[in-house]
Amino acid sequence: MAATEFDNDSTLDSILAEHAGMDGPLLPILHAVQETLGHISSAHVARIAKALNLSRAEVHGVVSFYHYFRQHEPGRHVVHVCRAEACQAMQCERTEQHAKNELGVDYGGTSADGVFTLEAAYCLGNCAAAPTVMVDEKLYGRVTPDRLAAILAEWRSR
Amino acid sequence: MAVRIYISRDAAAQALGADETTAALQLAAAAKGASIALTRVGSRGMVWLEPLVEVEDANGQRIAYGPITADQVPGLVQAGLFDAAPHPLRLGRVEDMPWFAQQERLTFARVGVIDPVSVDDYVAHGGYAGLRRALGMTGAEIVHEVVESGLRGRGGAAFPTGIKWRTVLEQHSPRKYVVCNADEGDSGTFSDRMLMEGDPLCLVEGMTIAGIAVGATKGYIYLRCEYPHAGQALREAIAAARARGYLGADVCGSGKAFELEVRMGAGAYICGEETALLESLEGKRAEVRYRPPLPAIKGLFGQPTIINNVISLGSVPVILQRGAAFYRDYGMGRSRGTLPIQLAGNLKHGGLVEKAFGVTLRELLYDFGGGSASGRPIRAVQVGGPLGAYLPESQFDTPLDYEAFTAIGALVGHGGIVAFDDTVDMARMARYAMEFCAVESCGKCTPCRIGSTRGVEVIDRILQGVERQANLAQLEDLCETMQHGSLCGLGGMTPFPVMSAVRHFPGDFSRDR
Repeated sequence: MAATEFDNDSTLDSILAEHAGMDGPLLPILHAVQETLGHISSAHVARIAKALNLSRAEVHGVVSFYHYFRQHEPGRHVVHVCRAEACQAMQCERTEQHAKNELGVDYGGTSADGVFTLEAAYCLGNCAAAPTVMVDEKLYGRVTPDRLAAILAEWRSR
Repeated sequence: MAVRIYISRDAAAQALGADETTAALQLAAAAKGASIALTRVGSRGMVWLEPLVEVEDANGQRIAYGPITADQVPGLVQAGLFDAAPHPLRLGRVEDMPWFAQQERLTFARVGVIDPVSVDDYVAHGGYAGLRRALGMTGAEIVHEVVESGLRGRGGAAFPTGIKWRTVLEQHSPRKYVVCNADEGDSGTFSDRMLMEGDPLCLVEGMTIAGIAVGATKGYIYLRCEYPHAGQALREAIAAARARGYLGADVCGSGKAFELEVRMGAGAYICGEETALLESLEGKRAEVRYRPPLPAIKGLFGQPTIINNVISLGSVPVILQRGAAFYRDYGMGRSRGTLPIQLAGNLKHGGLVEKAFGVTLRELLYDFGGGSASGRPIRAVQVGGPLGAYLPESQFDTPLDYEAFTAIGALVGHGGIVAFDDTVDMARMARYAMEFCAVESCGKCTPCRIGSTRGVEVIDRILQGVERQANLAQLEDLCETMQHGSLCGLGGMTPFPVMSAVRHFPGDFSRDR
């Protein structure tokens, strides 16, 4: 445990060093932290705030404002299901329902086996091949419930 | 000689299996001992034909086949794909297909044709001719050219782009910025994404021209994080442009500096609103600013800032290359030039169509879109994203023109068209519009923050049949408050989809369910 904390500290230090001198560095720093450490904890918030001479409330306020930033460790893969209008026009509710049933969670939840975190998306820009699902950074079009089942099975076995 | 093959790297093509098709082609070529030279390009915009494979024949013509999934590749290769041989999936030249031939591709001229991150390809297809011309002009002359072209903001607000530029030009400040609003969050829109993935240098050139025109030396592209593919293409393009002297301390040997940086958003629809975007770039919560001051006077980090949408900036190179009159000659009324239109939702032939303003919705839905994907009648169409009105069939003959749409209480917005068949429940769509506003409200003003949540509740009561008439009156009253009392377009325009649904589809709000 102590070793992990130590690793996190040095990773955070190097992220902060990389962004020194940048104008408006907070979002790039938060992205880098989430990308390398998986999420942005309250301990990270405190250290980022100190480095940027901001209050913890200011940094926390930014982290909690944006849907993309997460304060807790997600599952191994993040599944985004688009529920915007173009996907609704192609019955994405059925795909949504399948995702919720198969993973046993609602949006924001992580499946009991820790493999998938389910998130809602509001347009992934694939509106001519709806419904759309994104697993990590891999995009899928025309995702019927059956196709989603196959996609989840494939990612589960990775 | 190696057979030249082109496959899209566009996210929509990848979502339909373009990467797998590419791998299968390489495998089949190796098995056959055939030599192929494969280039990943942008998408031609015919999403229903993706993955689209183009093979160069003996005459140097690109022959298209599609849609080609990975499992079809061995059979196709067997049938002579590498010789551009006949096959049921052979489409011929893309340029000869009516869907494509009837477009006017100015901004999207290179998308799907060139290697998106090759400066050589870009220049060979007319790229950087606009910047070269601009470097021989004064800032005021460049701005004049953009004003004269009639270009209006393609992000949705349709404000004249040149006027914004003129305001920034007139400011005396040692530091100015060019910011590209690439936070394309509207459902049913993907033209920004397609341009950034298929011809990112076009955006880079447009921003460079903007910087040279007003004396800004730094540009930011604020890209939504839902677009990782576009981010990758932009970073590659910027590096390529810099390596060739099109960006940096001495742009094309002119002695003028311009540098570009991509910044990722973090999943907040409100960042499409320009002042919220500037707050976000500064590292804050993306709360909308009060105006005045305008961003052109006091924008990013308090400095004069040009902030334009991707397509607005991406239209600048062709305007400078061909001249204002060339661009202005397309279009109707006060809507000049072309609009990249996105056909989405329940349509058979979804994708990107670039047309001069004036094309009607009906032509787009049926001639280009091919009618509904489900085969059922199209009942409603939402134009302009989640804040756009729902239009019934009786309004399908409206021409795409900013003023014509305003006249029917609708909006062209970013040119996204989402079609719904007759299974749609418009009361549920109205509820969703309010729900979306509640999820995405920045929280700064009360009509939007509270109004949207109350809106969901009121519509829920209508859906449940509780005091229907009283609640409909309440809803109209609430929408009026949101429309006139909100600080920005999110709260101010959510009433458009809601009230248009009530007005045009009253039956959906009065039936028991």
